[in-house]
Amino acid sequence: MDRALDLTAGLGRAAILVLRGAGAVALFAAEALLHLLRPPFYGRLFLRAFVEIAWFSLPVVALTAVFTGMVLALQSYTGFARFNAEGAVANVVVLSITRELGPVLAGLMVAGRIGAAFAAEIGTMRVTDQIDALTTLSTNPMKYLVAPRLLAGTLALPLLVVVADILGVMGGWLIGTQQLGFASGAYLKATFDFLETWDVVSGLIKAAVFGFIVTLMGCWCGYNSGGGAQGVGRATTAAVVSSSILILASDYVLTAMMFSR
Amino acid sequence: MSGGTTPKIRLRGLAKAFGPKVVLDGVDLDIRAGHSMVILGGSGSGKSVTLKCILGLIQPDAGLIEVDGQDLSKLTRREREALNDRIGMLFQNGALFDSLPVWENVCFKLLAQRRITRRAARDKAAEVLAQVGLAASVGDLSPAELSGGMQKRVGLARAIAAEPDIIFFDEPTTGLDPIMGAVIDGLIVDCVKRLGATAVSITHDMASARRIGDDAAMIHKGKIVWTGAAATLGATGNALVDQFAKGEREGPIQMELRR
Repeated sequence: MDRALDLTAGLGRAAILVLRGAGAVALFAAEALLHLLRPPFYGRLFLRAFVEIAWFSLPVVALTAVFTGMVLALQSYTGFARFNAEGAVANVVVLSITRELGPVLAGLMVAGRIGAAFAAEIGTMRVTDQIDALTTLSTNPMKYLVAPRLLAGTLALPLLVVVADILGVMGGWLIGTQQLGFASGAYLKATFDFLETWDVVSGLIKAAVFGFIVTLMGCWCGYNSGGGAQGVGRATTAAVVSSSILILASDYVLTAMMFSR
Repeated sequence: MSGGTTPKIRLRGLAKAFGPKVVLDGVDLDIRAGHSMVILGGSGSGKSVTLKCILGLIQPDAGLIEVDGQDLSKLTRREREALNDRIGMLFQNGALFDSLPVWENVCFKLLAQRRITRRAARDKAAEVLAQVGLAASVGDLSPAELSGGMQKRVGLARAIAAEPDIIFFDEPTTGLDPIMGAVIDGLIVDCVKRLGATAVSITHDMASARRIGDDAAMIHKGKIVWTGAAATLGATGNALVDQFAKGEREGPIQMELRR
C-alpha cells in the first residue's frame, strides 16, 4: 500500500513539474510574441537569425533530403515489388517527402544546428551577465534576443522545406531513373499526377510550427540556463532533446488534425 | 549623511532571501547626489544583490528603493525604462556583447534607442574610447580580442557613453594587476567627475575603495554595519570595518568554512 502511494505521489510530482514547465514555456512564448507586435523592432537581428537558419542550414537539410529521397525510392521499390506495385514508387516518394519527411527531417536537423546554437549563445550571455547588461542598457532582452529569433525560425523553416521537398523528389527520381529502370518522363508524370497542393501546404504549415518550436526551445533553455559552463552544456542538450521530442509529438497532432477523416 | 537634502538613492529595510538563505536583511543606506559611494563587504555579504535590486534585475522581498525620491516599486514599465536611460553600469567581467564589435558595444544604448545613426555612432565610440585611453582602432575589434584591462575600459566606455547621471561599478578592479587597477580607478574618478554623476561601486579592494570613494559603507550578513568617509577606512574605530580593511584573520568577522 505504501509503495503504491509512493508511486502515485512520484507520478503526481512529475506531472506537476511537467505542467509547471509547460506553463512557463507558454508564458515565455506569449511574451516574446507580444514583443513582435510592439516597437522597437530589431530588423537587423531578425535578418541575421533568418540567414543563420535558412542559409547556413541549407547544406545539411539538402543532403538529408537527397539521401532520404534516394533511400525511399529504393526501399519502396523493393517492398512494392512483392505486390507488383513498383509503379507507385514515385507517388510514395513525393507524398512521403512533402507531407512528412521533408518537414520532420528538416526540423530535426535544424533542432540540432540552430536549437543548440541559440541555447549555447543565449546561455553564455546569461552566465556572463550579458542579459543583465541588456536590461541596464534600456533594452528588453526578450524583445532583443528572443522575438527576432522566433519570427526568423517560423519563417525560415518552410523555405528550407521547399528546398528539401524539391531535392528529396530529385533524389527519388535519380535512383528511379538511374538504378530502377524508370523512364524519366514517366517518373516525373507519376510524381506530379497524384500530388495535390494540400500535400505541399500541409508540410509547410508543419515546418512553420517546427521552426517555432526549435527556436522557442533554444531560446527558452538558453535564457534559463545557469551554473556556468556546465549549465550552458545542459541547456544546449535540453534544447535539442526537448525540441526533437516536441517536433515528433506535434507532428502526430498536426497530422491527425490535417488528415484524419 | 543625507545632509538634509533628498539623497540620490535611498534604501530602507531592503530584504532578499534565496530559499532559506537570507542575503539582505534590512539594508538601510543613503547615497548622496554627485558623490561616489563605495559599498564594501566580503564574498556573499549581499553587495551584488543590493546593486541588482537597485538596477531592477532582482525583485526584493521587502523594503524601499528610491531614486530622486521616486519609489521604484511604483514605477510603470516605461518609467522604469526612462530611469534606466539615466543609469550606466560597469559589470565585473565587462559583460561585453561577443557578437558585436567594440564600437557597437560602446554605443549600444544610443543605437538601441535610435538616438544616433550607425555612422555617427562610430565617431561617438572613438570619442568615448579616447576618454578611457583607447585608440579609435580598438573600436573595430571583437571583445574576445581584448585583454582583461581593455575589456574593463570598454565596459567603462559603454557605461558612460550615454552620459548617465548614476553609474554603478561592480568590482571594477577584480582580476586586474595593481597598476591596471589603479589606472581603471583613475579613469572612473575622471569620468564620474566629468559627468557630475552619482557613483555607486561595490568592491572588496581597499586601495580601490579609497581611490574612487567619497563615502563608504560596509555590508555584513545582509546589513549595513557602518557608513563614513572612504578616506577613514582602516581607522574607523569599527572592529568589523577595520578587520576587513586590514585583511586580518582574527576579529569579529569569521569566515564560514564548510567541513
